[in-house]
Amino acid sequence: MINKKEKKLMETNPFYDPTLKKRHTSAKRFKKFTLTSLIFSIAFLAFFLFDIIGKGTPAFHVTYLEVDVSYNEKSINDSRYAVERKYRNIVSRAWLRELPKQVKENPLLMNTTQTLWVLADDQVDQYFKEHHYKLKSKDRALVDDMKAHGRVDFRFNSIFFTNGDSKIPEFAGLFSAMVGSILTLIITMLVAFPLGVMTAIYLEEFAEDNKFTRLIEVNINNLAAIPSILFGLLGLAIFINLFGMPRSSPLVGGLTLALMTLPIIIVSSRAALRAVPDSIRQAGYGLGLTKIQVTKDHVLPLAFPGVLTGSIIGLAQAMGETAPLIIIGMIAFIPDAPTMVTDAATVMPAQLFTWAGMPERMYIEKTAAGIMVLLTVLISLNAIAIYLRKKFEVKW
Amino acid sequence: MSTFETRNKNREITEKLIKFALITASVISILTTFGILFSILFEAIEFFQMRSFWYFITGTEWSPGVEGSKFGAVPIFAGTFVITIIALCVAIPIGLGSAIYMSEYASDKTRDYLKPLLEVLAGIPTVVYGFFAAITVAPLIVKLADSVGLDATFNSALASGVVMGIMIIPVISSLSDDVIRAVPDSQRKAALGLGLTHGETIKDIVIPSALPGIISASLLGLSKALGETMIVVMAAGLRPNLSWNPLEDMTTVTVTIVNSLVGDFEFNSPETLSAFALGLVLFVVTLVLNIISLSLIRKFKEKYKVNTL
Repeated sequence: MINKKEKKLMETNPFYDPTLKKRHTSAKRFKKFTLTSLIFSIAFLAFFLFDIIGKGTPAFHVTYLEVDVSYNEKSINDSRYAVERKYRNIVSRAWLRELPKQVKENPLLMNTTQTLWVLADDQVDQYFKEHHYKLKSKDRALVDDMKAHGRVDFRFNSIFFTNGDSKIPEFAGLFSAMVGSILTLIITMLVAFPLGVMTAIYLEEFAEDNKFTRLIEVNINNLAAIPSILFGLLGLAIFINLFGMPRSSPLVGGLTLALMTLPIIIVSSRAALRAVPDSIRQAGYGLGLTKIQVTKDHVLPLAFPGVLTGSIIGLAQAMGETAPLIIIGMIAFIPDAPTMVTDAATVMPAQLFTWAGMPERMYIEKTAAGIMVLLTVLISLNAIAIYLRKKFEVKW
Repeated sequence: MSTFETRNKNREITEKLIKFALITASVISILTTFGILFSILFEAIEFFQMRSFWYFITGTEWSPGVEGSKFGAVPIFAGTFVITIIALCVAIPIGLGSAIYMSEYASDKTRDYLKPLLEVLAGIPTVVYGFFAAITVAPLIVKLADSVGLDATFNSALASGVVMGIMIIPVISSLSDDVIRAVPDSQRKAALGLGLTHGETIKDIVIPSALPGIISASLLGLSKALGETMIVVMAAGLRPNLSWNPLEDMTTVTVTIVNSLVGDFEFNSPETLSAFALGLVLFVVTLVLNIISLSLIRKFKEKYKVNTL
């Protein structure tokens, strides 16, 4: 309904639009919608980090109990006898199994009884952290009593960083997966970096615009969009079945990831090479240098920070990749760190995947803690990449 | 021959060698694509020699590992479809909304802070998203469904779909943001000059101009959702389930591939080879999506003569 006032406005002002108010409201609503969606993304990120940190932080501390440990013939043969019967359910079986090793290192311990801080069973640990636990009321009373007498302590969980995987939750750590990740990524970078940079140089500096070049370009673009799991199928069918490389090894994993990282390195290296102004090349040619000399001594050094940045980002992405590695068997149970690239190994994300599927509550905590470690490494890698780009960026 | 000439000759040879090495490196990328294609194709052909291709694409029962095993992939495709649709319903509005805010409303300084923040989402490994979906989001959905009287399972399609949607937000927002910024400013100025509001300019002028790029971004997001593995392996079900209810558990192509290959089957059994048949379908679909997406963005680039995308 148009009221009198508006009617008058319309008569005096030929440009007056009665729907203007509505249009402005709708414009405001639209702006609010876009802002809300952005806020949602960021709120999710915050909630996600908060949730992971909340779940993972307790894992960095673990419960120790003060218990008498007797070293004798009987307890060396069967480590369960090293502690009194009532403590058997609340101390870590895996910790007691290390006793013969301790005696071997220090024979004087034999036939003595020491009061030691012993790693607690995972259920005791979860009980103190007030998570879901399975502990008999008798044992619960015992640990409560020990706590009242100051015989319970929370210490930094160094086991998490020095041990490999274990079927006993309190003894499982990320060490062998870290070593596996490092070995795999070394293979990845040894293959992907030179190949990627060489391809980029060829396409940017040497290739003529013909069918062959276009085929390569289309290929690289498509390769970047192929689901990662299919690279796993390639690794399984070609590297393992055809070439007979050892299954679950960092060698196969590294090669598979290298093929995945290749397009990232090629694309970013090309961008870096393209950013070098043509005047540099022209000056080189004018002085009588050949194309290869110009590229090697002038263009490449100038583009190198960009190349390095792209490679670090590619490395970070390869580090978080899991799906293709599951296909080629890198989710095996690996208690000891691999020493060779042909040994069976697992990588950090694959280890987290294995833990996430375990029934014991302590593994959930360890998965979240492992995620914190992984994210810290990934964020530092990306931060280094950004720092390098900022520091060496040349404005032409 | 003077020394000058010999040096030139030697140099010529090394340069030819270097060029040859560079070409060889470039060819590797082609080899990889064909390697993937053929390694999947050959095993898939072997599978289709054992089992009917027709039943594979139209059959509704998937029961590997039992006597008289059947390989009808329709329930698996349906599960993939449902989860992907949920993911896109989350990712497209939010991704596009964020892109519009960053490119049209935010100041350059705010944008410099916001863009890397969104890229953090892209940098989180998928196994981490999977853990989050399985441990935090899935129980939350069960609780929510319970409070309104619905029944949800702990590996519902909704949980993995929503988390997958969040994962592909940056894929869509980052490319859309670039595309929207590439729309020439003269279009905006003309629209504002004709008296359109800022919101109308964006909705009626900028977005339609940028549409090919936005569709291209959404197709990339779709292909990413189809191929995503870890989130669904950890949070979605294993049971092939022909249902439209997102609160039920369902399985996807990628989950089935992983399960057929980590089991204890012989390599030449139909159970293992079925993974390659599914892989072939995934490869073809994502390749087609990607080719369409690339050609759309190329047309956009030609129209507005931008090289930065």
